[in-house]
Amino acid sequence: MNAAVQTPIQETARPVPLLEMRGISKSFPGVRALDQVDIALYPGTVTALIGENGAGKSTLVKILTGIYQPDEGEILVGGKPVAFVTAQDATNHGVTAIHQETVLFDELSVAENIYLGHAPKTKLGLVDWKALNARSLALLHSLETTVDVRAKLKELSIAQRHLVAIARALSVDARIVIMDEPTAALSRKEVDDLFQIIERLKSQGKAILFISHKFDEVYEIAQNYAVFRDGRAVGHGALKDTSQNEIVRLMVGRSVDQVFPKIDVTPGETALKVENYSHPTEFRGISFELRRGEILGLYGLVGAGRSEFCQSLFGVTRPSGGRLTLEGREITIRSPRDAIAHGVVYVPEERGRHGAVLQMPIFQNMSLPSLTRTSRAGFLRSAEEFALARRYAERFDLRAAALSVPVGTLSGGNQQKVVIGKWLATQPKVIILDEPTKGIDIGSKAAVHAFISELAAEGLSIIMVSSELPEIMGMSDRVLVMREGLSAGLFDRQSLDAETLVRAATGNA
Amino acid sequence: MSAVPEKRRIPDRLGTSFTRLFSSWEMLLLGVAIVIFIANSFASPYFLNVWNLSDATFNFTEKAMIAFAMALLIISGEIDLSVAAIIALASTAMGAAAQMGVGTPGLVAIGVSVGLLAGAFNGLLVAGLGLPSIVVTIGTMSLFRGISYIVLGDQAYGGYPESFAYFGQGYVFWVFSFEFVLFALCAVLFAVLLHATSFGRRVYAIGNNAFAARFSGIPVERVKFILFLLTGLMSGIAAVCLTSRLGSTRPSIAQGWELEIVTMVVLGGVSILGGSGTIGGVVIAAFVMGLVTFGLGLLNVPGIVMSIFIGLLLIVTISLPIIIRRLKSGKVA
Repeated sequence: MNAAVQTPIQETARPVPLLEMRGISKSFPGVRALDQVDIALYPGTVTALIGENGAGKSTLVKILTGIYQPDEGEILVGGKPVAFVTAQDATNHGVTAIHQETVLFDELSVAENIYLGHAPKTKLGLVDWKALNARSLALLHSLETTVDVRAKLKELSIAQRHLVAIARALSVDARIVIMDEPTAALSRKEVDDLFQIIERLKSQGKAILFISHKFDEVYEIAQNYAVFRDGRAVGHGALKDTSQNEIVRLMVGRSVDQVFPKIDVTPGETALKVENYSHPTEFRGISFELRRGEILGLYGLVGAGRSEFCQSLFGVTRPSGGRLTLEGREITIRSPRDAIAHGVVYVPEERGRHGAVLQMPIFQNMSLPSLTRTSRAGFLRSAEEFALARRYAERFDLRAAALSVPVGTLSGGNQQKVVIGKWLATQPKVIILDEPTKGIDIGSKAAVHAFISELAAEGLSIIMVSSELPEIMGMSDRVLVMREGLSAGLFDRQSLDAETLVRAATGNA
Repeated sequence: MSAVPEKRRIPDRLGTSFTRLFSSWEMLLLGVAIVIFIANSFASPYFLNVWNLSDATFNFTEKAMIAFAMALLIISGEIDLSVAAIIALASTAMGAAAQMGVGTPGLVAIGVSVGLLAGAFNGLLVAGLGLPSIVVTIGTMSLFRGISYIVLGDQAYGGYPESFAYFGQGYVFWVFSFEFVLFALCAVLFAVLLHATSFGRRVYAIGNNAFAARFSGIPVERVKFILFLLTGLMSGIAAVCLTSRLGSTRPSIAQGWELEIVTMVVLGGVSILGGSGTIGGVVIAAFVMGLVTFGLGLLNVPGIVMSIFIGLLLIVTISLPIIIRRLKSGKVA
């Protein structure tokens, strides 16, 4: 086809980019996070930013929002060079971001969170609460949600918090909206709602940078793409001119087997038997048997009580009733300490809050639950700790400048490797993985899946919570579906199909 | 790049420990201590006398003993403002016992036990009931000292046995007082506890992220209870030393020490938000505060000016690194 005779379609009509980055570089001790990166965002266009963990996506977002300063390169807004020295500068130039783990304030109301820093004022300069609440309500209404604007943020679910974050981003008159994995915690229905919002923003002529690991979403919403690998921009263009395979190839620099690497394991004897497990408010009457080498998928919508159930198994919250039998012996788990002692461990969904101590070094995080083994008579032995950390760092191909850098300096995927490593180091019998690949790109995802499979083959029993159907269906031997705190069915691998699972999870007969 | 993923060798540590050491807070503080030391020796001819210097250590030894335990508590994200009131309570108990003819070993046992009990009480309220420590210990601060006031009124206890004087006035070797030796011993013990044991590691983990600590199987409440117990214990020991040194007990004993102790801890580089700090820093901070108080004392500066100076010192040392960082980044931008 001859490119010159192409009819100009709206999406490919190229006016001046709203925002352009040229030759941006940024280094951190031991890591070149961005290397001569170019990217352009056009009005009324969604550009998907695609790349593995540590490819430099988060760094780019931080530069765009004025949190980091680039070492070299320039940023142009509407063709004019600008400098984002502070986050306020970026806001003033119409750049706003919805982050992976958005910073909102638990103790403030929904309306206050939305308008924090630019609340409407009365003539006396005090906060105009009436206007604040009314405008917030209008914003949330346009997002078609029914969140109470006066409710404190801490009372909201993760999905609702995301909507608040989006409303916050829209409350400033932004022309460039960055969405850093906005769908990670959303159910399918909420994703559809979000996409409608994005369509609306598009029609208003805003430029949107959409970061996601989910290819179906990228194809659904984006027109342009930019692929990063190891801090370099390795490809960009219109999505319709390329294939998914091509993008995957660009991303990982090699072809990736997208088939789930599930190893066929004949499950052994029963490891964990859960009978009628209940909680005063979150879930009731959950029963199942988990065998050695088995992967039990736990599927359901956001808010179905899956995480709450898992945390209760791990001793974070106390169940109100039910029995646990591990390898034929009845056990009670009153605290995470009990759980770990019995060989039941939990990789939480919220890495930064529950999974890792971000300020502490990698090796100290890895050894934290295993301190009794790495220390002698209560005294730390750093050689043992480093050896333990190195063992799992190498097994996972961890990308870090050193084992003594804080976990918070790593990319999301690498943080997850540290958290999973820390639990494997306790040599557990049952490992509960809560959304193990949330916020992780395709390349690392496949690695995590391969790893989960390997662990099951080694005889570990696995409970895997996931909201992603392909993951659940690809990895599980059996699937337990939860709906509104109740068990909505237990399905064998042979009888798995997407429609049945979704029906069980949503309750649509 | 080759297509076969190779195992990377990640180094244990980044850079030399040498450069990190010299850019640390502790080094900055040591510099301040040396400057003050030199300034003092020029300002007063009496300063560079070993016996005067030995006397000067009494300015901080008792406070520093408590500050070590307080450092652990603050690193874990809690605080104990009742420490000075615990001294008053323990000292009052010892005084009352001395009136009844209890001997020196009994008095020490009573002082230390009262400290432990008071610490356990704080610990139960904070770790057991989950109340915020700042509120709990402001409450127990009034409670403990209040008991002391009810018992003593405007009276004072004296009449301690002669042998009791050793703890506050005795010398172990040459110019080294019993208190100074005890201070040095505590410094070593607390440094080992915080920096070389798994207990210390757990304290840091709790202070940085109590959620993740709990999710890692750390018994957060038990660790916090032990820390309050330790702080109470050290307050009891300090009460023995101080009472012995003064030879009498008034209900106003050690008034206002809680703030000086917290200042010492924060000056030593312990983050008031929890999660970071070292015992070494607190040791240097103890010397800095002791030297400043002693130097100003030699110059006949009144006490109120000293507290102004200590306050300024705290503000300057805290803001200095931040100002330097601002200036540096200002040049880049």
